[in-house]
Amino acid sequence: MKDNNLPVSGTIDVHGIARVEGEGALHVHIDEGRLENVELEIFEPPRFFEAFLRGRGFEEPPDITARICGICPVAYQMSACLAIEDVCEVEVGDDIQALRRLLYCGEWIQSHALHVFLLHAPDFFGLEDAVDLAKIDKDAVNKGLFMKKVGNRLMEVVGGRAVHPVNVKIGGFYSAPTKKELELLLEDLKQALDYALWSVGWVAKFEFPDVETTYPLVSLVHENLYPIDCGTVASSDGLNMSPKEFLDTIVESHVARSSALHSKLYGQEVYLTGPMARFNLNYERLTPMAKQAAESCGIEPNCRNPFKTIIIRTIELVVVFEEAIRLIENYIQPTPPSIELVPKAGMGYGATEAPRGLILHRYELDGNGIIRQAQIVPPTSQNQAAIEEDLKKVVEGHIDLELEELTRYCETAIRNHDPCISCSAHFLEVDVNSK
Amino acid sequence: MTKPKLAVWKFASCDGCQLSILDCEDELLAITDVVEIANFTEMTRKTSDGPYDISLVEGSVTTAEDAQRIVNIRKSSQAVIAIGACATAGGIQALRNYADIDDYIGAVYAHPEYISTLTTSKPISDFVKVDLELHGCPVNKEHLIEVIVSALAGRKPRIPTFSVCQECKMKGNTCVLVAGKSACLGPVTSAGCGALCPAIGRGCYGCFGPVENANTKSLSAQLTINGLEEGKRRRMFKTFNANTKEFEREFS
Repeated sequence: MKDNNLPVSGTIDVHGIARVEGEGALHVHIDEGRLENVELEIFEPPRFFEAFLRGRGFEEPPDITARICGICPVAYQMSACLAIEDVCEVEVGDDIQALRRLLYCGEWIQSHALHVFLLHAPDFFGLEDAVDLAKIDKDAVNKGLFMKKVGNRLMEVVGGRAVHPVNVKIGGFYSAPTKKELELLLEDLKQALDYALWSVGWVAKFEFPDVETTYPLVSLVHENLYPIDCGTVASSDGLNMSPKEFLDTIVESHVARSSALHSKLYGQEVYLTGPMARFNLNYERLTPMAKQAAESCGIEPNCRNPFKTIIIRTIELVVVFEEAIRLIENYIQPTPPSIELVPKAGMGYGATEAPRGLILHRYELDGNGIIRQAQIVPPTSQNQAAIEEDLKKVVEGHIDLELEELTRYCETAIRNHDPCISCSAHFLEVDVNSK
Repeated sequence: MTKPKLAVWKFASCDGCQLSILDCEDELLAITDVVEIANFTEMTRKTSDGPYDISLVEGSVTTAEDAQRIVNIRKSSQAVIAIGACATAGGIQALRNYADIDDYIGAVYAHPEYISTLTTSKPISDFVKVDLELHGCPVNKEHLIEVIVSALAGRKPRIPTFSVCQECKMKGNTCVLVAGKSACLGPVTSAGCGALCPAIGRGCYGCFGPVENANTKSLSAQLTINGLEEGKRRRMFKTFNANTKEFEREFS
């Protein structure tokens, strides 16, 4: 708290927000105690994936789009596979789909453990990084690192490599692991599940600023699974549609900043995807121990405080550890590991849940299996407006704080959503001149 | 004793190579015991001024600002180590080097006038002297640790300089190129991944870039004999390490 009663005037400029993936900046302008302007800026240089995907072969998107993001490559690979398979009007069998979900669990584990322990938790202790956190609670950081390592190991066994897995192909996998290879992971997964359950209680005791949000939430939903690798697109105000309907209407208009269709459906241009949306829209689909952990830690089933997303991430860690164990115990090695498919001319759509939110792909192929058009909508480009909404609320609610403390709050508010700026930059309208 | 300063810098990239540092779960805290992390935005809010003993640079140079930034980093660093395909070869985003950039911008962005970018994506070594290049998309994290440790010790890193093909033979894999008639870039690609792709029955797709003295012409001829159609053969070379002279000559 500042020690005089003069209203605050000043500017918060964080050039290069720390502990997020990619390059972003924050600008807040306050004039005599009144918030003038908040801007989350993305100055990551554009890389033009959608442009150079044109003219590539239909079998290439899993390898190429993985390179959009080193933290969530599987999210890109899975949405790409679903979209190309949709063009070709084929669906993989249950055994292949289960193996995809298992690989995706590995990605969620490493990404959530990284975010909760190395990127986000230090904020709640007023610390600069996880190395400092380890000085006061080494056990917590080590548990986080252990979970992260187990996630990476799972990705290596199923995907061949933790960063940019090599084993994913359109139609399935190049090679499927044996049941025995997967069972070797069970002991560590069970240990990590214990740590995940512990971590729910650990983060639930953090202090959370009182912030309530009202924007619509958007997430995949599925009739009996917590959404990871499949589902339809639903919103907190009652919509439920196919990825095709969603991409063809809402997101298209959002990316082009033409708000007509979007406004018509939502009444406003802002919506949020990611853990808070998934949790609220799929509370009844939580796995048994995750449900129990959610009930006992005191989080509301309809949680609208974005600062509590760190609790939801630990609950989702429980979900993916339980799911990974279940999938391995029920594993039937898919034979063959992939289905044959013949490329067709047409348009296809794919949607999955990246650790940080809904990710959609759309491809148009010609009759020779060459990509004519590609569109990729990553979570952070959808969430950018909602993050700015949160920032406004945080600044308005804490305008009497010293600028340095307010800056920390703002940074935490951004990290609440685990933004993946490398991903979003390639698709958003960005003004790289204005920094 | 003051700890040596290690800085990690990001240019145009996916963050996967710097993530490999955080993926060293068993070594991460030990590394921070012996070096000061002087700049590493993905990991910490702390920053400290140069000079830096080691600068690890991820990503390629694609904007005028970044072309200046790398010069400044070079000036304040004793050793500059380029990590990954973007930093050593321009990365996948170097495909713009072979296209019309205005067409690219128009294809992705609704307001092309907002976008400021160079027409090319180029490796770090095109702009400043680089002391060491570690290849891979992504780099091998054990090699990354070896590079840091050897730079601190002032010795040469023990990193393989042979091809994926040799690495694959040492692992005892069945040859996917000869026996499987698959399209495989193993004979012309730098080792370092552990021959991951042939081990799962797919051809190497060259993400570690060309090995020294790569005979790409001979491999291209063999791929054609194996039945690989021309468009696919060219695209294989025109991917993550397109902007290298060895791979470029096979598609341009």
